[in-house]
Amino acid sequence: MRVSVERAESEGISDAIAVERTLAGDREAYRVLVERYSLYLYRLAYRMTGNAHDAEEVVQEAFLRAYQKLSQFAGNSNFGTWVYRIAANYAIDRIRQRNVEEARQARPSRLAEDGTEVDTMAMIKDPSASPEHLARSAELAAKMQQALDSLTPAERTAIVMRHWEGCAIEEIAAVLKSNSNATKNTVFRAVAKLRKALEPFAEFRNTAGALGTES
Amino acid sequence: MHLTEEQLIAYRDGETRNRETFAAHLKDCPECRSELARIEAVFAALDAMPVPDPGGDFGQRVWRQIAPRLPKRRARSWNSFFEPHRLLAFGGVAALVLLAFFIGRYTRTSTTPPSIASTGKTNERVLVVAVGQHLGRSEMVLMELANAEPEKGQKLVNISAEQKRAEDLLGENRLYRQTALRDGDKVMASTLDELERVLLDIANSPDEVTPAQFEAIQKRIAAKGILLKVRVVDQQLQQRRQNVEETPQVHATPAAGNKI
Repeated sequence: MRVSVERAESEGISDAIAVERTLAGDREAYRVLVERYSLYLYRLAYRMTGNAHDAEEVVQEAFLRAYQKLSQFAGNSNFGTWVYRIAANYAIDRIRQRNVEEARQARPSRLAEDGTEVDTMAMIKDPSASPEHLARSAELAAKMQQALDSLTPAERTAIVMRHWEGCAIEEIAAVLKSNSNATKNTVFRAVAKLRKALEPFAEFRNTAGALGTES
Repeated sequence: MHLTEEQLIAYRDGETRNRETFAAHLKDCPECRSELARIEAVFAALDAMPVPDPGGDFGQRVWRQIAPRLPKRRARSWNSFFEPHRLLAFGGVAALVLLAFFIGRYTRTSTTPPSIASTGKTNERVLVVAVGQHLGRSEMVLMELANAEPEKGQKLVNISAEQKRAEDLLGENRLYRQTALRDGDKVMASTLDELERVLLDIANSPDEVTPAQFEAIQKRIAAKGILLKVRVVDQQLQQRRQNVEETPQVHATPAAGNKI
């Protein structure tokens, strides 16, 4: 009974207090932060990596890294924003790692000989697909997923953080270790590429709303 | 001359530069409007992308996975107490204590015979004034945040000034809270404790917050009713200060105490 009362009390504490207590050696206080922000990070991680397995891994790794670096954080910003940044950075690493693994497996390569990423939009465009087929929401979702997968890690991060998460350009620039103007250009490139990939399927405009969302 | 794709995406993204010019052009140009609608459709398709629900117990699952992998943590080192902002805050409070000491000395030399009661009374007056000023400054920060309204369409609200002030107030707040606790002044200690949590929240916020985050801060201030509590305690302090000043020195007794 006492444990549950303590747990209920600790769940009501603010982030700042939970961080202070964690730094003082109270692991239960960190549990509060993990449970509070896991879903928030999962949505970001899923949109960035495009699959549930990688997304879960990103969430776990982000909280582990945050715990290790917590003394560097204290007092500098909001915990949610901070751990979110860590998750975004790790997701970028994860996407890059996955791209390299895929390239090794002799699939159509996304890396040029010099190791730089190449535009794979051509892979997505499928002019033979009829609008009737694409009008089906599952297919459109798959096309969108492919379009997102074809973005570079920086472009994907930029569009996910800007559009879905409503982050400021400066915030995205901090994650991408870039400046505001370059980040704006990255957002622009991402939107232009998605548009290019989806444009041939004119019906996507009408069917987008029919996809439904669980988040 | 039509707007470029880059200009349209920037316009859709809320870019403020040349916004009125672009809006005027869009009003008169059906081609650019239709181009903007096609860009909008990309975002609509993005919005419709499903994210699978990882389950209501996802947070607990993550905790079970990572808890055994967390390294043991030692309590924070003393070094953090020597950070510049903390030193500044403690320096301010130390200056007040010194001021109280010198006023005490001055009072003792100007009155004969020396009176412990009058020294105690002077110290109380200095502390009451100092805590009153602290509460006044805290109230100002909270009021500014509680009453601010982000402009319509504003993407970020800069609260760096309030954040810095909250950070500066934290150090002295802790000291006054500890003094109140030591003197058994429970009402004061509890109010300062609540105030400390709110100040900590503000101090730990980012420099710039989204309107939704800003609203959450305002709600936290309102939910705790901290502004009202601070005002009530501040009024009690003013009353106490008047009592100290009105009490004739010859009748002052040690029982007057030294509570803040």
